[in-house]
Amino acid sequence: MSSRSKVWWVVGGVLIVIYCLFPIAWIVSLSFKAPSDISNQSFLPTDPSIENYSTILTGSASDLFLPALRNSFGICLIATAISCILSMFAAYAIARLDFPGKKLILGTALAVAIFPVISIVTPLFNLWRQIGLYDTWPGLIIPYLSLTLPISIWTMSAFFREIPWEMEQAAQVDGATTWQAFRKVIVPLAAPGVFTTAIIAFFIAWNDFAYGISLTSTDASRPVPAALGLFTGASQFEDPTGAIAAAAVIVTIPVVVLVLLFQRRIVAGLTNGAVKG
Amino acid sequence: MASIEMRNIVKQYGDGYPAVNDVSLDIADGEFMILVGPSGCGKSTLLRMIVGLEDITSGDMVIGGKRVNDLAPRERNLSMVFQNYALYPHMTVFENIAFPLRLSKTPDDEVRRRVQEASDVLELKEHLERKPANLSGGQRQRVAMGRAIVRQAEAFLFDEPLSNLDAKLRGQMRTEISRLQRRLGITTVYVTHDQTEAMTLGDRVCVLRKGKIQQVASPRELYEQPVNLFVAGFIGSPPMNFLPASLEGTTLSTPFGPIALDEQRAAAVRGRDLLLVGIRPEYFEDASLVDEAKRPLGSTFRARVDVTEWLGDSQYAYIPYEAPEAITAQLRDLSRELDSEELRTQAIVSIDSTSRIREGREAEFWLDSRKIHVFDPQTGENLTRDAEAGARLTQMATEDRVEQVEHAQSTGQTVSGQSSGPSGAHRATA
Repeated sequence: MSSRSKVWWVVGGVLIVIYCLFPIAWIVSLSFKAPSDISNQSFLPTDPSIENYSTILTGSASDLFLPALRNSFGICLIATAISCILSMFAAYAIARLDFPGKKLILGTALAVAIFPVISIVTPLFNLWRQIGLYDTWPGLIIPYLSLTLPISIWTMSAFFREIPWEMEQAAQVDGATTWQAFRKVIVPLAAPGVFTTAIIAFFIAWNDFAYGISLTSTDASRPVPAALGLFTGASQFEDPTGAIAAAAVIVTIPVVVLVLLFQRRIVAGLTNGAVKG
Repeated sequence: MASIEMRNIVKQYGDGYPAVNDVSLDIADGEFMILVGPSGCGKSTLLRMIVGLEDITSGDMVIGGKRVNDLAPRERNLSMVFQNYALYPHMTVFENIAFPLRLSKTPDDEVRRRVQEASDVLELKEHLERKPANLSGGQRQRVAMGRAIVRQAEAFLFDEPLSNLDAKLRGQMRTEISRLQRRLGITTVYVTHDQTEAMTLGDRVCVLRKGKIQQVASPRELYEQPVNLFVAGFIGSPPMNFLPASLEGTTLSTPFGPIALDEQRAAAVRGRDLLLVGIRPEYFEDASLVDEAKRPLGSTFRARVDVTEWLGDSQYAYIPYEAPEAITAQLRDLSRELDSEELRTQAIVSIDSTSRIREGREAEFWLDSRKIHVFDPQTGENLTRDAEAGARLTQMATEDRVEQVEHAQSTGQTVSGQSSGPSGAHRATA
């Protein structure tokens, strides 16, 4: 690459990064503005305050926000765990075994993924009320599985397909049962894939709003995105903009932490050296 | 350690194509058996059926006197080295070698002792804590072998283990494998398409073609008494030359002049219009360099040399010849099947490296007619094969093997499994 085109790549990259990160910077800046400062006509707060954060964490909005945070964490983690385990088995079968209906499963998974959420929310709302799942954790975990499973199966089966067949055959010849070969050889090799899938699944569940707002009604199970929509200002003439911004920053933090934590595990190429180099 | 018997083994794939067709083969306890053939001949499939990674359509697979057709790979207690090594990238070299022992719940100190022994044998000691990704090709190969020898398997199976190494390393590892097999005295089945490996390693070699056994014999018998055109063309490098011929009395007339046959061989080939004479390159010589005493044992002819190749220790000359269309077509088919591309009908002739025969000139050659073979062009059958002489050669190889095994095991490199029973396939660390 010539130095000239290198410069253009850098310039382009920086522009894209600014374009992507500007809204986040704006949210952060908003979260530090006092209610009177929101419309100060400038990017930075005139007098940075943590008033918004204390509102949502200890003040009037904390009743709404803190239980929602707990719900979000609990529901999303459980949904992610279940979806990872299920999709691990499904993807292994899809990658390794030849069985009738394999294409059908992948096709159905894709169909489920592209099905609009909003069109099934109303039937689900009625059904959940009938069977007593409305406003409970399982009532959200189950729909979240329908969101996360398709993408998990697809990504995970792609990872499994990359693992050489010989690994498993070697393990079997070495004396492993199918289950031992899966647990001791395939799963460790698929670990980067599992982490990647887990993170994607977690994000999808974490970001959901439609199910969260429709299938819950109280603190018992309402997740953060739904709670944000219910914030109110100090008076009815005041927007809760600052509080929402602060809450948005807080819910972004776990996502960032997750990515940083698993970034190194996600890096593929762990299978290097398994077979001839 | 065990013998392996295959009785009428058939492998048929879903589309009905028989990859292995009615193969019966007995491999003796402690024998080094080579499965060789061009690609697609079913040799790897056969190996995978022995180890249990491939289902057997019909026939019996008997290992150590027990029918294993329905046993899973782990119940057969065989160890295998894969073509691409199949090391576990997330484990250290130590854990890779220890893996079979860990699976059998061997106590820790026993595991450590055995891995130590195996790594001593394979000179892997300073690499035990490294991951496979950081090893060279040869080292990975040795780790794969370590994993195979660390437990007492009934037999070793190798699936083209050297094909990913460069030529120099391949030679080294070849002798290493040979030494190891002799030392451990374990039944070994080795798949390769490389005939150097086949000839140097095997006690016996099984030549396969399209899923069928062509000939099972010692390398020497294969070379000197091939059973048909295919084996004759496959074994030997440069390959055997095939010349069209017809019999007149007891004399074959060929493009390289008349070749006299003795009465017995002439009788064997009589009654066919067209014959194929198989002559190995080294049966030829520059006529001017042949001893007077030797001269009458063969015939001389004059031919124009197309190309010569001087290699220092030897020299090859290429002599084009004319052949009937039918023969040309058949030779082309044969060379295609042997994965080689022979474009023209020419004989490759090995002459002394001091010979002054030059390209483009006509020269006089001598050929040793005692060792030539005559084939039926239709069936490919070797009409002049001396089965008795062949059997003698294989018998000799068997005796050599027994002697070598005894020697390898008595020269301080005893196999502990031989003397102390259960501890198995390991050299006692001296």
